[in-house]
Amino acid sequence: MKEIVVWAEQRDNRLLPVSLELLEKAVELAAQMNGTVSSVMMGFQCRSLADELIHYGASRVFWVDDLCLIYYQSDLYPKILARILSEISPEIVLIGGTTIGMDLAPRVAANLRTGLTAHCVNLYIEAIDGKDQLIQVVPGWGGNMLVKIICPEHRPQMATVRPGVMEMGKPDKSRKGVVIPVAAGISDQDVKAKTIEFIQDSSEDKSIEEADIIVSGGFGMDSVGGFTLIEELARAIHGEVAGTRPAFDQGYISESRMIGQSGKTVKPRLFISVGASGAIHYTTGFNKSKVIVGIDKNPKAPIFDMADLGIVGDLRKIIPCLIEEFKKEDLQK
Amino acid sequence: MPVDIIVCIKQVPDPEYFDKITLDSATGTIRRSGIPVITNPSDRHAVEEALRIREEFGGSVTVLTMGPPQARKSIDEALAMGADRGVILCDQAFAGADTLSTAYVLSGGINLVARYDLILCGNETVDGSTGQVPSQIAEFLNIPHTTYARKIDMIDDRRAIVERVVESGYLRIEVELPAVIAVLKGINTFRLPTVMGIMEAAQKEVLEMGCPACESLGMASCDMGLEGSPTRVAEVFESPQRRRVEMITGEPQDIAKQLVRRLHQLDAL
Repeated sequence: MKEIVVWAEQRDNRLLPVSLELLEKAVELAAQMNGTVSSVMMGFQCRSLADELIHYGASRVFWVDDLCLIYYQSDLYPKILARILSEISPEIVLIGGTTIGMDLAPRVAANLRTGLTAHCVNLYIEAIDGKDQLIQVVPGWGGNMLVKIICPEHRPQMATVRPGVMEMGKPDKSRKGVVIPVAAGISDQDVKAKTIEFIQDSSEDKSIEEADIIVSGGFGMDSVGGFTLIEELARAIHGEVAGTRPAFDQGYISESRMIGQSGKTVKPRLFISVGASGAIHYTTGFNKSKVIVGIDKNPKAPIFDMADLGIVGDLRKIIPCLIEEFKKEDLQK
Repeated sequence: MPVDIIVCIKQVPDPEYFDKITLDSATGTIRRSGIPVITNPSDRHAVEEALRIREEFGGSVTVLTMGPPQARKSIDEALAMGADRGVILCDQAFAGADTLSTAYVLSGGINLVARYDLILCGNETVDGSTGQVPSQIAEFLNIPHTTYARKIDMIDDRRAIVERVVESGYLRIEVELPAVIAVLKGINTFRLPTVMGIMEAAQKEVLEMGCPACESLGMASCDMGLEGSPTRVAEVFESPQRRRVEMITGEPQDIAKQLVRRLHQLDAL
């Protein structure tokens, strides 16, 4: 039986939503290739999470529990995951593209000498030369293209997917599965890069993935005096500030607020993009938003292929009027 | 005790010109001719971090790259910043590599340099944005690794405390050397080459090594370049994700009013 493995990432004994999103995708892929879905989970005293994984679609859960694994350890997690994967020889391995997943997945892939595709925006099965292949779609260079990547000969086919890219399914408590305890088989001496503690950022507010309204600025803001207008607009509409990679490079936003292929993926109720041309590296981070508004000075900017509502004009004139109007709205409430 | 550091750097197309880049559909590789190149931004911070550690502990900084002969420019830049010597891994056999075979060849280059306590990399390149190479190098070298580093404090010449960024904070990690550490841009402000630095760079040693040098280590050419890459580009296509845009026009005040009305109608506020 062909197997798809989803890496289940937990922090503080809570599963990350991205792992459940990937389980839903794995169930769909398994149906296309007549396979089964399994999950691998590591942590300390995290047995109860296995049931949740089963309710979301895993029929086998490999569960590794050890005090050493309470935090992510870049020496141990890849070693253990690689060992389990070489024992069960799955067809496909899906890993959430968190800052941890992006550290874990490449080391595991190198250990297994197989291919890994980063930041997939779509995954499906297609037969090529009579063999089922995982088609891994990633945003391509420069703007308007997507690239299909395959891993034709090597197994497993490994892919990372950012949080929020795939849809989460509904848990079904009638689903049955088996939980297979696996010994960590490691000792403290194996740890050469030891995570000592986790320090929560106190300054960092709620993550923008949870925001209902996002106002995102691009490099175009540079010529109109920076992000002050974006911040004011976000305040007026009770939204969160975000930005493009160039805006991050320019120091206007923190990395946790960068939208796009190498940043966050969001799907708020309303996404307003200002002063960003709309390269696919960026738009892929918000194209599932319910309503998208694009504002830019260049009428030919690709952002207008992406938006529901578009405004072309001088940002210095338009944004203050918008701020004014949203503030008026507020007074009426 | 001195610390010998190898910094892996990559020359990448300037992101400003990304829209001019096309793909060679025959080979599935990227056609970059005529596109200006720069040293990958976070790699320059990795060079800076290496220089900073050398200033404190003594030792050496070697910059290593895999790429075409033109990649020499990025090596020269790092030498002008203050690195001691450069190594270019340059061979047709290395071309078309995905991250696995890139990391394999770089690990070969590191073994050819032979003396190292610390390997530094930028966390990710602006072209591929995968960030996969640093931890894959560590796997091939069988040494520990840490990515997303925003701070490196050397306790002594054998150990470092690294602040490693995660989604809602950071991890403090004690890393035993030798190790691979991939750094974020926020880790430091990098120095610019001085005129003196540029003049001195011209005197510094730059080694060019190819596939035979790697093979002398027992590495197999079939694991390098396109041949050694498990992944393949199957197809490139236009992004279908488009919406039908409704443009709002008029005077700025008028536009603002219309937008608010439409957003209400769409239940977006």
